[in-house]
Amino acid sequence: MERLIGQSVPRKEGLSKVTGTARYIDDIEFPEMLHGVTVRSTIPRGHIKEICFDSGIPWDEFTIVTAKDIPANNYVALIINDQPCLADQSVNHAEEAIVLLAHPDKYLVEEARCAVRIDYEPLPPIFTIADSLAKKEIVWGQDNIFKSYSVDKGDVDSAWADAAFIVEGEYETGAQEQFYIEPQGIIARAIAGEEVTVWGSLQCPYYVHKALVPIFGLPKERIRVVQAETGGGFGGKEEYPSMIAAHAALLAWKSGKPVKMIYDRAEDMVATTKRHPSRTHHRTALTRDGKFLAMDIDFVLDGGAYYTLSPVVLSRGTIHAAGPYLCPNVRVRGRAVATNVPPHGAFRGFGAPQSVFALERHLDRVAAAVGLAPDELRRRNFIQQGQTLAVSQVIREKTDMNLLMDRAFEACDYHEKRARFERENAHSIVKKGIGFAAFLHGAGFTGSGEEYLASEALLEATPEGIVRVLAGSTEMGQGANTIFTQIAADALGLQCDLIEVLQPDTAYVPNSGPTVASRTTMIVGGLVESAAKNLQRTLLNSGLLQPGYDCAAFAQACREYTGKFGTLKSFVKYRQPPGLKWDDEKYRGDAYSAYGWAVYVAEVSVDTRTADVCVDNFTAVQDVGKIVNPMMATGQVEGGVAQGIGLAIYENVVWKDGRMMNSQMTNYIMPTSLDVPPIRVIFVEFPFGVGPAGAKGIGELPLDGTAPAVANAIAHATGVDINRVPVTPEVLIEKLEPLYA
Amino acid sequence: MPECPRGGKVRVSCTVNGKPAAFEANPMARFLDVLREELRLTGTKEGCGEGECGACAIEMNGELVNSCLVPALQVEGASIRTIEGIARGSTLDAVQQSFLDHGGAQCGICTPGMILAAVNLLERYPHPSEAQVREALAGNLCRCTGYIKIFDSVLGACREAGPPR
Amino acid sequence: MRSYVPAFEMEAPRDLASALSRLSAEPGAWKPFAGGTDLMVLLEAGKLTPGKYLSIWQLPELRGIEFASDRVTLGALTTYTQVRRDPVLAAEFPLLCRAASETGSIATQNRGTLGGNIANGSPAADSPPALLVYDAELELISSQGSRWIPYNIFHTGYKQSVLQPNELIARIRLQRNKQNWKQHYHKVGTRRAQAISKVCFAGVAEMENGQIKDARIAFGSIKPTPFRATATEAVLRGAKLSLSLILSAREALAREIAPIDDIRSTSRYRSVVAQNLLAEFLEKLSA
Repeated sequence: MERLIGQSVPRKEGLSKVTGTARYIDDIEFPEMLHGVTVRSTIPRGHIKEICFDSGIPWDEFTIVTAKDIPANNYVALIINDQPCLADQSVNHAEEAIVLLAHPDKYLVEEARCAVRIDYEPLPPIFTIADSLAKKEIVWGQDNIFKSYSVDKGDVDSAWADAAFIVEGEYETGAQEQFYIEPQGIIARAIAGEEVTVWGSLQCPYYVHKALVPIFGLPKERIRVVQAETGGGFGGKEEYPSMIAAHAALLAWKSGKPVKMIYDRAEDMVATTKRHPSRTHHRTALTRDGKFLAMDIDFVLDGGAYYTLSPVVLSRGTIHAAGPYLCPNVRVRGRAVATNVPPHGAFRGFGAPQSVFALERHLDRVAAAVGLAPDELRRRNFIQQGQTLAVSQVIREKTDMNLLMDRAFEACDYHEKRARFERENAHSIVKKGIGFAAFLHGAGFTGSGEEYLASEALLEATPEGIVRVLAGSTEMGQGANTIFTQIAADALGLQCDLIEVLQPDTAYVPNSGPTVASRTTMIVGGLVESAAKNLQRTLLNSGLLQPGYDCAAFAQACREYTGKFGTLKSFVKYRQPPGLKWDDEKYRGDAYSAYGWAVYVAEVSVDTRTADVCVDNFTAVQDVGKIVNPMMATGQVEGGVAQGIGLAIYENVVWKDGRMMNSQMTNYIMPTSLDVPPIRVIFVEFPFGVGPAGAKGIGELPLDGTAPAVANAIAHATGVDINRVPVTPEVLIEKLEPLYA
Repeated sequence: MPECPRGGKVRVSCTVNGKPAAFEANPMARFLDVLREELRLTGTKEGCGEGECGACAIEMNGELVNSCLVPALQVEGASIRTIEGIARGSTLDAVQQSFLDHGGAQCGICTPGMILAAVNLLERYPHPSEAQVREALAGNLCRCTGYIKIFDSVLGACREAGPPR
Repeated sequence: MRSYVPAFEMEAPRDLASALSRLSAEPGAWKPFAGGTDLMVLLEAGKLTPGKYLSIWQLPELRGIEFASDRVTLGALTTYTQVRRDPVLAAEFPLLCRAASETGSIATQNRGTLGGNIANGSPAADSPPALLVYDAELELISSQGSRWIPYNIFHTGYKQSVLQPNELIARIRLQRNKQNWKQHYHKVGTRRAQAISKVCFAGVAEMENGQIKDARIAFGSIKPTPFRATATEAVLRGAKLSLSLILSAREALAREIAPIDDIRSTSRYRSVVAQNLLAEFLEKLSA
């Protein structure tokens, strides 16, 4: 039988999605269900003086919850517990939740939301990285710094003296909305003092579970979290669902009725997390022949008002800041700072897109300063197998960035186009450019994160010979159900339709860790593979199954085994491969057990009359190890590239006093079907590591390199020194030579 | 002085997926809500409520419309088709099958509206160019796929249907 | 849904006479409601005033496109889709068809109407610049009778117009006299589809021996109303195409527009791009 790993198996839950029968959270109803809404702060920082309930609303029909109704602890547990579930004395960002309302009539509850008035005593807020670092106001802790890291390799300070070239630059990225098309939502049921169950659109059931336990002060087993079909996450449903789940559960707890909370698009945009805005300063020293001598990088993220996941986002951004290059002396200083905007959070790439943008844009400027072509500069400095990264990790996996670059450049005819565009641009209104980015992305949790998570997965065979996969990893469109099915079927030598993947439910599905960090295929898929092999071994060792079996023999063996022993289960727990070492104090060591490697090339046109940028063509070449499902892997890359194009040229959060002003789909611009170019996706497969058949992580990688490739192409087309994304026409037109001057 | 309930509901009759249907609703209630809550056809999705994302797209008298922008009263006498009316029994429409074959659905939330837009296009242009497909789907936002596999799905459905005549 | 839907009443009269008498009986109480592509968006956002809405979508008298030898008359409920699909309009009024095809999505074009686009009065609407350069006329109708006005006097301020509370826009009339004029439309939106315009240009010019015999220039999104740039037209009229004409036309335009900053764009961008689009038109005339 041909191996199932490597086949474009159709989506496991595809039929329900194309027929409209898939059940998302807003499709679920309970009898007597109430609709819940959130009253939020309208100011960025201040003390709450009074909560007033205006007349004209039948308030006695409403369930009303404030901070004083919280049964146990008023915080949303994550890394530290600084973020309240409901603001009590003070607010630290606009849109912070203060009051919750529920009523059976969803129109009336909305009318009531407008009739709750909150009086504040305002305090001065800060909104920018610069103001936070300058301590214009201290809004968090002693110094506004959530977390800082330092990566040190060699001796940066003594390298400058020997440098033939020193190039500096500063780069910024803006906030970006995850923009899953299904807004966030939760349904909760509770029996006060007894138990809480929530269903929701979410990525990480065990994060929500962890958050609900302290709020209600219940034993773990009295809290149950179930994932509903989830209409996209991209990180946006990593930590924020804990907040909504807490709110819905508080209303359910107080009312005794099921409560549904579905955010509308505007609320989802203003209140939930976004990609952290960043500012990166680079100072790079090179030898006369264009080899890196030193990189001094200062990387700062705007974390918003609370700690949330910012330190972890910062960690990934810091580690990725020096890219896939060999440099003897590197210092990366990473800081996440507090401001009075809604907390920024997880978004596909998780800090890396920010620092990779800065580096890859900077290196095009470095190449110009050194007098090398951008590709030649990279080629002279690409890291090779056996060499050490900035975090002092020796690259043990096979890597060949030159090969990836060759493949990418061949596929898009890079050199021919680069020369032709330069020739033709001299006398054209529409200028064309071609640019690229070279980058890597670590798969799985950083450092000892996977060891600490110790993720679990369970396989169970029924007497009918159906094998069920129980893993806490969620399907949110990325293909977890299908990938797990393929991996289990492949390992067991069965057909895919004999595998069932169970809906994540903390009542009976083990904790496989969060569905984040490009870890589902590699880490959890690896667990599914070992569990399947264990299960097979159990049957073979029992003598009930003979090698070379078919599906019928497998079913027969399952029937006999379960008849004899009751159940047939295989439980596995992640064990860190030997030899991986990480020093969390010095921020040094094996940051990730495997990396994805890539070279992305963007071609753009810039209409100098309007400064409109159009991405005409895109080539994405990557090594993410063995490809489990080519159709889905390609879809992951294409979708990531489209999001990266959004980050590069369209997606601009307009802020005023710490609030998002363009919170409509009409005004926050994501790419439509007319805005994406043809995307050529090429995989070079160097299998490595703990993943099934050597599959590495793929999900986040495409976000890292797309924006810098596009920005470099715009710079090539126009000669404009791009140092910030998104490159909106309003910004670009200021930098273009005026027409008819 | 608590007040709030005001204007009454109206009774509206229409045809939904070939069958007569009737409902009571506030006249300016969104037809999207009527479909999902009164008629329990939850395959039609809400992504934005502002006519921008196309997740709630349906056919009304053969034309593609966003049901979040249609007031209930204007549905009187109309013929409506939703995602629940695309397959013939257990036989998928060629577009639905092609979405499965080509990876056109990822998270699936845009898929019903996307399929309605594609079906509507193919009713008018059985063999569209890629440019026509791109234009026809420009009112349906997808954040997962980057659209490429959706184009493949729609064009693939036409190939299944046979060569241009 | 941010609005309290029970606070919104709606009636759907069977014919135009009943609709008009409803409007006249309680002047100002009933607001006309056509395809809902603007009003339902406001309803969703909680920004639509509660009250009484009169559905006119079902009125047969306001539909249809009529062709006479010298003019085309479009019912106010003509949808963008109907505009796009009409071969005569495509041949003779391509700017209107471009505007229709670049408004919203297919689903919006199936419900959005020309009359609604005009009555809504958004400065960013896509069809008004085209209608302005085609010297469109509007028929405004009430139970007291009807009147024809030139479209260029319709808008009187931001979302304000000469339309009386008891009136509806009934028809839009275009003279079939510009087929031989050079025509150009360029909408600059936030993306390639489903975009609200940041600057929208429509221009037509009658050429004779390299000279501009006559011209109409109009813009969206650079003034509180759709805007016909008459001072710029005056500079063009009778002028010979040249670089210096482009420069002086740009200057004239800069003097007569006053774009604003908003969440979609900036005053500076709109001003520069408006001038560049005018120049693009003039360059195309000489091509």
